[in-house]
Amino acid sequence: MAGPAAPALAPARTGETAARAARIRRNWLLATPALVLLLLAASGPLLVVVVYSVLEPGEYSGVVWELSGEGWFRVLFHRDIFDDTLSLADAHLTIFWRSASISLLTTAITLVLGFPTAYFIATRPPTQRMLWLFLVTIPFWTNLLIRTFAIMEVIRNEGILNSWAMKLGLIQAPIQILYTDTAVLIGMVYVYLPLMVLPLYAAMERLDFRLVEAAYDLYASRWRVLTRVIVPLVRPGIVAGSILVFIPSLGAYVTPRVLGGGKNMMISNLIELQFGEGRNWPLGAALSMTLLAFVMVALLVYVRNMSKVERRG
Amino acid sequence: MQEAIGRAGTPINGGSAQSGSRVMVEARAVSKHFGSGEQVVKALDAVSVGIREGEFFTLLGPSGCGKTTLLRLIAGFEHPTAGAILLDGADISGLPPFRRPVNTVFQSYALFPHLTVAENIGFGLEMLGRPKAEIAETVAEMLQMVRMEAMRDRQTSQLSGGQQQRVALARALAPRPKVLLLDEPLSALDLKLRKEMQVELKRLQTETGITFVFVTHDQGEALAMSDRIAVMSEGNVLQVGSPTEIYEHPADHFVASFIGETNFLTAAVEGVDGGQVRLRLGGTLEVRAGLPDGMAPGPSVTVVVRPEHLRIADRDAGEGLPATVSDVVYLGTDTHYHLRLAGGEELFARVQNRPEGGEAWRVGDAVSAGFPPAAVRVLRD
Ligand SMILES: Nc1ncnc2c1ncn2[C@@H]1O[C@H](COP(=O)(O)OP(=O)(O)O)[C@@H](O)[C@H]1O
Ligand SMILES: [Mg+2]
Repeated sequence: MAGPAAPALAPARTGETAARAARIRRNWLLATPALVLLLLAASGPLLVVVVYSVLEPGEYSGVVWELSGEGWFRVLFHRDIFDDTLSLADAHLTIFWRSASISLLTTAITLVLGFPTAYFIATRPPTQRMLWLFLVTIPFWTNLLIRTFAIMEVIRNEGILNSWAMKLGLIQAPIQILYTDTAVLIGMVYVYLPLMVLPLYAAMERLDFRLVEAAYDLYASRWRVLTRVIVPLVRPGIVAGSILVFIPSLGAYVTPRVLGGGKNMMISNLIELQFGEGRNWPLGAALSMTLLAFVMVALLVYVRNMSKVERRG
Repeated sequence: MQEAIGRAGTPINGGSAQSGSRVMVEARAVSKHFGSGEQVVKALDAVSVGIREGEFFTLLGPSGCGKTTLLRLIAGFEHPTAGAILLDGADISGLPPFRRPVNTVFQSYALFPHLTVAENIGFGLEMLGRPKAEIAETVAEMLQMVRMEAMRDRQTSQLSGGQQQRVALARALAPRPKVLLLDEPLSALDLKLRKEMQVELKRLQTETGITFVFVTHDQGEALAMSDRIAVMSEGNVLQVGSPTEIYEHPADHFVASFIGETNFLTAAVEGVDGGQVRLRLGGTLEVRAGLPDGMAPGPSVTVVVRPEHLRIADRDAGEGLPATVSDVVYLGTDTHYHLRLAGGEELFARVQNRPEGGEAWRVGDAVSAGFPPAAVRVLRD
């Protein structure tokens, strides 16, 4: 049946295929500069870091082109400069631990604070929602450094918080918050809260609130509605927000530098130290790779757990 | 048992109002206003209605008349601006939805997309803290009742509209609520499925004995399914009664025109004696008709005559109103005749087609439109 029709159709189809192939070729061509840039920008520096991490440190800075495992070794171990005795690099471990715990706490706190905020915005009339979202994004208007100094102004001993608390008679002497882990945590929560609110809002905006009514109707208390219906349905937003907050938290530099006062370092500050005063580029490179590994492992564990929860329902 | 058989035996259109049984849901002068100031919307205006235990009660009215609002007030999603909602004699106006033994079948079904069919059905019982074994048993029972056993572990997104509807019903019935609220549950289904579900719903109501409050804007659906109907318009309940009462004794113009098709005629009042009134129609025809309770008619009243009660005859043979045929529509089971009276008024007659093929009139024929006196209903003004 198709016999007679086939010859007539064949040329047309070939023509169409050729046009499509040409279109695809052109699209690839247009995308090439960006792809090349991305490839170079992502893999180039990574490659440099990988290579530097297995070289000898230079006398004052930079590297000497000699293979060495010392950079990686020093991530975890400390070699005494006088008698070469080995010990665990306690300082590094403390910094790793601080980075991990502050990042986790930041993620948890922004989630707890951001969830009701996002819910509040998503339940406003559509015309008001844009205004609220706009307010959430206002902090992005100013430079991170300036915002961090503003936080400093609030929490330092002579700052707004302490002087008001003293005026109100809540405390006798100022509480030392600045240059503590708490200060770093406060700063990080403040800086990353919008990154949690926005994806949560996006998920909640898509939430069908009739399902919430259905759950109320079926004898679910407010708490049960939250845990059994809302949280499972906005899980993608929770995952996205947590990733968006956790990853930059782990690599945070400015906030721990300014509010931690150089004592309360996080990984990024340690890395910077090796490339600067420490004059140990291979160690800095190895630490960078360690941070990368941290992030990857954390992501894997998190996503694995979340999908497990999902499957359980 | 006796009662169950009797009820199952009544035809769907029986409309046996279960007189004597107690009131399960009562709205006492309930008003609900949305917004404030200039833009206030009076969704309900001092509505009072009593719904009896175990009946299939329908809220019928055009879109926007406040049916959903009344349902949401009973469910607890909204709270009355004034008045009170009573359930089984107790004021529940202040209770949140999860403390009311009332369940809803939502128009959109609102099934939980992250739960399976069985988990959806068991949700209410789980929230009530029932033991696992009992939940499993009830879920199995419900699945069987709505004939969805095979879909037990499906995701709800894999179900057709009709199947989702059944799951929504099973989910709402599983906790055995005192009252089941259904907001236009059939409106999203195609005609064939809708007819099937009408029968199905009626069967479920009879089997469970649960009080159903059903919302629809489809008068045919309301007549076919209900024990009693409340006809609503613009935030008011105009009439409550069995389908027969509503159809045959409409309380006012709105009810008469909303339920079925009807003819409105103006009649001159010749005299009143007792509950009866002597009327003159079209200047010539004299009829006697019953007056609605306590009505004192003025010089003229509006009467309604249903189209199926009109009889068409040859002009000289009939004793009815002289008329001219202005349009004829053949519909298989019956034929619709549009008639014009001498005074210019329009009448609409529905004549059942008979196998022997009765008289048929053509456009322009001079006829006489008659009706038995019992077909004439006087409306309140
Ligand atoms: N949440 C609300 N806010 C404002 N007006 C509302 C709201 N809900 C209902 N209304 C108004 O109340 C009236 C009755 O609505 P509804 O009960 O949904 O009618 P029905 O279900 O009979 O179609 C309508 O005029 C509707 O616009
Ligand atoms: Mg409605």
